[in-house]
Amino acid sequence: MKPRHKRLAIIVSAVVGLTLAALFVMNAFRSNLVFFFSPTEVLAGKAPVDKVFRLGGMVETGSVRKSPDGLISDFIVTDMNQRVEVHYEGLLPDLFREGQGVVAQGKLEGGRFVAREVLAKHDENYMPPEAAKALEGGKFIPGDKKRP
Amino acid sequence: MYKYASPRNFYHLAGRLLPWLTAATVMLLLAGLYLGLFVAPPDYQQGETVRIMFIHVPAAWMSMFVYVLMAGAGAVALVWNIKLAEVFAAACAPVGASFTVLALLTGSLWGKPMWGAWWVWDARLTSELILLFLYIGVMALQASIDDPRRAARAAAILALVGVVNIPIIHFSVEWWNTLHQPASVSKVGTPSIHASILIPLLTMAAAFKAYFFAVVLLRMRPAILEREKHTTWVAETVEESA
Amino acid sequence: MNWSEFFAMGGYGFYVWTSYAVAAVVLAFNVLLPLRRRKAVHKTLREFYRLKGERS
Repeated sequence: MKPRHKRLAIIVSAVVGLTLAALFVMNAFRSNLVFFFSPTEVLAGKAPVDKVFRLGGMVETGSVRKSPDGLISDFIVTDMNQRVEVHYEGLLPDLFREGQGVVAQGKLEGGRFVAREVLAKHDENYMPPEAAKALEGGKFIPGDKKRP
Repeated sequence: MYKYASPRNFYHLAGRLLPWLTAATVMLLLAGLYLGLFVAPPDYQQGETVRIMFIHVPAAWMSMFVYVLMAGAGAVALVWNIKLAEVFAAACAPVGASFTVLALLTGSLWGKPMWGAWWVWDARLTSELILLFLYIGVMALQASIDDPRRAARAAAILALVGVVNIPIIHFSVEWWNTLHQPASVSKVGTPSIHASILIPLLTMAAAFKAYFFAVVLLRMRPAILEREKHTTWVAETVEESA
Repeated sequence: MNWSEFFAMGGYGFYVWTSYAVAAVVLAFNVLLPLRRRKAVHKTLREFYRLKGERS
């Protein structure tokens, strides 16, 4: 390849690549997929109607009901203010737990949120299990390794 | 200090610094790997996958740090016409891009088991992906223009425009409701990373930083020789090394 | 310490070790590419000075 052709090839592929990337990103932003709505926002009518969006919050403790094979689940997502019922058919991620954060992608159908994808959201805290136990007792001392 | 801004002095200074930086990188990396893989406990929620953080977070920090350095050097080159700043910016781009790739790949490998997805169009993930495209754009500009001066100027302008993306990456987790969790280390107030996990993380971050400077000097030295090939000192240096 | 437990990483071995392997590959490439470049530049520059010396 002549240097001029090589240069042209680089420019063309960069332009094509960047355009594709920009389209993907804009599409993600337009369809409300880069962030999620809380149950309060959903019930206040801020979430899009008849369109796919993300719902985020905490899985209400004691609300999870699963089919015997574990593939169909119903649970309630709450932000401690409002609650939204969620229906999901599929495998839940490992970190999906009651009292833990969750982000579900789907649509509102007859008052309940039918999710196509459920993702577990974790917080920004990292610590060994012993420290977490101590924290629950309200006695968290950072760096204290002797605690059981 | 100013005398090191001449390509010749910098070339020799870099040669003297490299062994020290290499030693620092190796030592910090070994310490970080030992602390991260053997000493750090599993996380109370995420179990052993928390060890991915010791790669993922330093790589993500470096991807932004290197970009800011690259854009800053580009600005210096534009304003004061300093050749060395151009060479530095050009050396930053591929290294920064590789840190970005590493952050995205390890994030994916962490997201799959914990969140339940390899990739999500989340504000944090999306803005980090845009960072990769910016790096690729800068590299494409540098490669497509023959005159090194003009190539450096064009790349610097793109890099400077792209700087807006850096605060977007950093604050995305606060501005929007994202799946990605908020920052832990820069958070003020209550401790959000236990010391047993924080220390390996900071050690690896220091290792990545030393590694970056070593690799950038390694890239800059041949680039300096090439750009200064019409000077006698380069002719002498090349003959001596033969 | 139990090595098979260590490599299993609580069932997440694939994700953890792939991450570290990817990191090793990326870090190694960033060192090898400039070293190769260094060699190539020295070679072309020696050639450049040889030709220049012949011409003058």
